[in-house]
Amino acid sequence: MQQSKSLRKFGASLRPSGWYWMLYLLPGLLIYVVFMAYPLIASIQLSFYTGSFGNRTFVGFQNYITLFTDPTHSSRFFNAFGHTWIFFAIHMVVQNMLGILFAVMLTNRTMRGRSIYQTIIFLPTTLAVVVTGYLWKLILSPVWTGDILASMGLGFLAQPWLGNESTALVCVALVSCWQWMGIPTMMFVAALQGVSEELIEASSLEGANSWHIFRHIKLPLIKPVVGIVTILTFVNNFNAFDVVYSMENANGAPNYATDLIGTLFYRVGIAGQHPVAIADAGLGATIATITFLMLSIFVIPTLIKTQGGD
Amino acid sequence: MLKTKPEKRTRSMKVANMHIPSHLVLLLWSFIALFPIWVLVVNSFKTRLSIYSNPFWLPTKWNFKNYSDVLKSGDFLRYFQNSLIVVILSLAIVLIVGALAAYALANWKSKLSSGIYFFMIAGMMLPIKIASIRLLDLIKGLGLLNTIWSLVPIYCAMGIPISVFVLTAFMRGVPAELTESGFIDGASRLKVFRVIVLPLLKPAMATVAIYNLVPFWNDLWFPLIFISDEKNKTLLLGVTRLFGQYQTDWSKVLAVLALSALPVIALYLMMSKQFIKGLTAGAVKG
Repeated sequence: MQQSKSLRKFGASLRPSGWYWMLYLLPGLLIYVVFMAYPLIASIQLSFYTGSFGNRTFVGFQNYITLFTDPTHSSRFFNAFGHTWIFFAIHMVVQNMLGILFAVMLTNRTMRGRSIYQTIIFLPTTLAVVVTGYLWKLILSPVWTGDILASMGLGFLAQPWLGNESTALVCVALVSCWQWMGIPTMMFVAALQGVSEELIEASSLEGANSWHIFRHIKLPLIKPVVGIVTILTFVNNFNAFDVVYSMENANGAPNYATDLIGTLFYRVGIAGQHPVAIADAGLGATIATITFLMLSIFVIPTLIKTQGGD
Repeated sequence: MLKTKPEKRTRSMKVANMHIPSHLVLLLWSFIALFPIWVLVVNSFKTRLSIYSNPFWLPTKWNFKNYSDVLKSGDFLRYFQNSLIVVILSLAIVLIVGALAAYALANWKSKLSSGIYFFMIAGMMLPIKIASIRLLDLIKGLGLLNTIWSLVPIYCAMGIPISVFVLTAFMRGVPAELTESGFIDGASRLKVFRVIVLPLLKPAMATVAIYNLVPFWNDLWFPLIFISDEKNKTLLLGVTRLFGQYQTDWSKVLAVLALSALPVIALYLMMSKQFIKGLTAGAVKG
């Protein structure tokens, strides 16, 4: 304050007031508040109401009670909720573990062809989930590749992977890992490039093998990035929709075996906007609010644990 | 990094530095990453039945009819045009509005301005899909339902937080003398913004554009819930329709998928470094 006052003495117009700068902020703030901040808060509020657009009544916690105790709704909800956790676990193990492995290999300075590998690993990430989902749906179909696989002696691979309740969810999750592999890989590459070369060289002279170097030097140093990748995977999995929609359908076929929170939210809260079914906006908003709470409960402690202190 | 001359290295060091296991792992994954894309491309040049006898290798007879059929039917080009309009308009607004805000936030130092800054960048971590039901009400209320214009304000709201974040950081690094000199010369602030600030921000604006380009272009969710009118569908929503329509002819489905992926792949191969940087940073917002 002191400084701005003295500056104002030299030329009032040189340092315009806050209200002047508000004019520059206004367009961005307006769009952001109307189409992001307000709808988010209003969605939480909506979870305490029932009825459709223009005709809503306050019902307190009734939507939450319905979601958790009504047999049809609660079985669907806990089914989708469980699948979302399995989906997350598969991403953590397959996508993020492989991502770290690839990143360690790609940051070895004597390794050749690193940029070509990076370009290839990242390629599927640029494609739309709908496109890769449809593509894999066709590739995994035994109708297409069954005969040729049998003639190659690989007939056991020709299974209805996506039609089988026991394999569908894993297949969809693996396709999603295939698609997004580039993101954790490149985030870990960026993090590992920051690890000091001298430190690694010194410890390898003292006899540490590459596993020790990774476990005791590299991993602790990239801990914040491990945390960010975990959060990212979690948030994306709780929003996943396109991959199930394109590979199976919005019902999480077969028999809800691939139903995730994202597809459940779509059916309960939105799909009824089309003439075939009736959407329950209040119940949909309840699912959204629970998702939001889940994300906050998971994200904040992970942030504190991985970003703070040492 | 130590640079030893080649003749000083022993033979065993050379072998160790070839990283054979690493190459094997990375080659295997490269195969897994590229194989589906290979299958997509080669089969899109086959005929309805020949994809079954020979699913994995080049066509014996190249068939371009799938592509010409898809392009001739007209729908595909309309979807493409709709997506192009929505993405370019949204990106332009995100960049201009973000630059205006960044200019203000870098110059106006007060408690209020830093509050506004944190309020706006918080949006980087908020998943907007959660607000979809209210956004649907809002778009209905504005009379935008079933038009491509319904998507523009949503994408702008999604893009503004990162735009403000990146451009403000960049703007703070610009020496004040550079922007203030024009102002002292008697130009209005808006002119200084247009003539000096905008050109300065160009490299940072390119980062923001790439960051937002792929999520906007590849979005299915908002077109799906806002647009049911055939002629107003975006490219990916159109792809879901064409997938159903051509279901009996997979070679044609593959041509649709290849055509819809082509623009982004072409851009990616032209500037993969910027893409990787932009999308990796972009991923953090979730």
